[in-house]
Amino acid sequence: MSEHPVSALETISSQPLSAYDPSLLLEMFRRMTLVREFELRAIEERRNGLIPGFIHPCVGQEATAVGACLALKQDDVITSTHRGHGHLIGKGGDPRYMMAELAGRSTGYCLGRGGSLHIADFDLGMLGANGIVAGGIPIAVGAGLAFHLRGEKRVALAFFGDGAVNQGAFHEAANMAGLWKLPVIFMCENNLYGEGTPQHKQAPIADLARRAEGYGFPGVIVDGNDVLEVYEAVRMAAERARAGLGPTFIEGKTYRQRGHYEGDPMVYRTQEEMEYWKARDPVVLFRRRLLEAGVFDAQTLDKVHQDVLHQLDEAVAFAKSAPIPGPEEALLGVYGDTHNGLVF
Amino acid sequence: MREITFAEAIREALREEMHRDASVFIMGEDVGVFGGVFGVTAGLYEEFGPDRVRDTPISESAIVGGGLGAAMMGMRPVVEIMFGDFLMCAGDQIVNQAAKARYMSGGKAKVPLTIRVTTGAPGSAAAQHSQSPESWFMNVPGLKIAVPATPADAKGLLKTAIRGEDPVLFFEHKMLYAVRGPVPEDPDFTIPFGAANLARAGRDLTIIAIGGMLAKALEAADALSQEGIEAEVIDPRTLVPLDKDALIRSAAKTGRVVIAHEAHKRAGPGAEIAALLAEEAVEYLDGPIMRVAAKNVPIPYSPVLEEEVLPGVDDILAAARFLMGGAKA
Ligand SMILES: Cc1ncc(C[n+]2csc(CCOP(=O)(O)OP(=O)(O)O)c2C)c(N)n1
Ligand SMILES: [Mg+2]
Repeated sequence: MSEHPVSALETISSQPLSAYDPSLLLEMFRRMTLVREFELRAIEERRNGLIPGFIHPCVGQEATAVGACLALKQDDVITSTHRGHGHLIGKGGDPRYMMAELAGRSTGYCLGRGGSLHIADFDLGMLGANGIVAGGIPIAVGAGLAFHLRGEKRVALAFFGDGAVNQGAFHEAANMAGLWKLPVIFMCENNLYGEGTPQHKQAPIADLARRAEGYGFPGVIVDGNDVLEVYEAVRMAAERARAGLGPTFIEGKTYRQRGHYEGDPMVYRTQEEMEYWKARDPVVLFRRRLLEAGVFDAQTLDKVHQDVLHQLDEAVAFAKSAPIPGPEEALLGVYGDTHNGLVF
Repeated sequence: MREITFAEAIREALREEMHRDASVFIMGEDVGVFGGVFGVTAGLYEEFGPDRVRDTPISESAIVGGGLGAAMMGMRPVVEIMFGDFLMCAGDQIVNQAAKARYMSGGKAKVPLTIRVTTGAPGSAAAQHSQSPESWFMNVPGLKIAVPATPADAKGLLKTAIRGEDPVLFFEHKMLYAVRGPVPEDPDFTIPFGAANLARAGRDLTIIAIGGMLAKALEAADALSQEGIEAEVIDPRTLVPLDKDALIRSAAKTGRVVIAHEAHKRAGPGAEIAALLAEEAVEYLDGPIMRVAAKNVPIPYSPVLEEEVLPGVDDILAAARFLMGGAKA
């Protein structure tokens, strides 16, 4: 069974719940619930035929997405991956435009051109999901470079998986960011698998945060299913970055509860393993913790859940009634200058 | 002859070559335990073990470069790059290293390396999982490029690639994997590179169809036949080397040429073929050489947009009818 081994690296723990503003805690819960329910709804609507393409749900990884994004400021930016819905929602993405994009509609985030794999909202600082493993990491370094050059106290955070740290693009980007002390956060969501191949068959080390050492910046490990640990680690890394001290690598140890893509037969892992991780479900754990600490009562959290479900009903209705792009739209938007539309 | 799928034909070629030659091995992402994301290598891990069917990290550059180095040392690697789009992650190893190693070293380096890779649009996979990058590599001397369109060709060409002496990019269209067809069982059945397949004889025009477009060209030819137009359909099967004699012969016979491929039109394989025919066969031609290809737009996600960008049977019909004197569509 795949499990994260005990680590010798620096780990970060969260503060007691009482140290956090209750409105932040409630927003964390709301966004995590929205990510979870968005994914489940997208899966359902794909089955119903509303969504034509593949989706890579992040069920089980809500804490890394939401914890990291909420620790950033509004004008900080992120780059994302093929498993990007949670990252966009974490940054404040609107499920209506997301659902419309997944449905390939004109009013979707990318006008129906990109779909799930390329979803982006630059207004929210979400620079794009990505179809290429590790493709977004150098882009985050470039964003950090721009902030550095302009003297802006902004941060760029790259989300990527455990599989991506074996790509040349990761290593080149990490070295450059370390060398130039750029305001970049390398946020690794180690979910123990890259497609059907377990992490331990893809790299000779289990603690991927150790890779940071070779590039001259700190690597820290958090329980990726604990939203507050993720939040603390990213908050500290962002402070470091804004102070001009350079990048941080954060490894969140987590698990993807569903298939690599929706429809994946998942022959490569056992029922036992999946049960083990279901018992460590980040949304359930956080809800329990909020209740046990008496920060909120069940009624309040149930209401949040109900509101999220309602919001998703609206998102699906929006997507269903959104216009389907006409063939004449296909040739638009390739270039930004006056050649726009002239694509022969 | 028994019929098997395109995917099974490839698997059979791999199996047979691995039995025949101990220096043949496979590596790539999820090719082992998982059997390949398209299931092509299913069962080979169980049969040949983890050494010869190697799951790799997500490291395209090292997959191709690792194959190259092993080939230089006398192995015959068959490496898999999951999507043609990801070839660019291995771009240097393919273009600057593998392609040129033999020539630059004065013949010291031998590179019997096969790079299997998927190509084409599987439907709503968007701009980074739908490309047909064959012609990006036609401009690189030293690479051979195979684009099989039938199960038999897939088997025969792959065996030729594995037994050959040069780096081969072997493009497998994702939508062909499930297609069935007759495939010889003889373990020494091979198809030479540079030998086009005359898929259908005709007198009125020639459709040169590449990879996934062969079936569409044949469908178009059937429809044209109803209108009294007899199209000849030729599949070059390999783009490098290219069987130019067969293409010129057919152009000379019919005087009209349509070239169909799923790659983008601008500088796609058709550009090279059209230029060649313009240089060497223009005196036989009764009209312009027509290209049916993907429009010059990144492949969109939304189905209506995607259909507009990708070439289809209707586009072949329109080009053919225009050449036969109809109006330009
Ligand atoms: C360059 C490249 N190689 C291969 C793939 C195919 N692929 C898509 S996702 C994936 C696994 C990625 O694993 P990881 O980085 O751990 O992310 P996860 O899927 O676990 O979120 C692979 C191999 C790709 N998209 N891009
Ligand atoms: Mg992973």
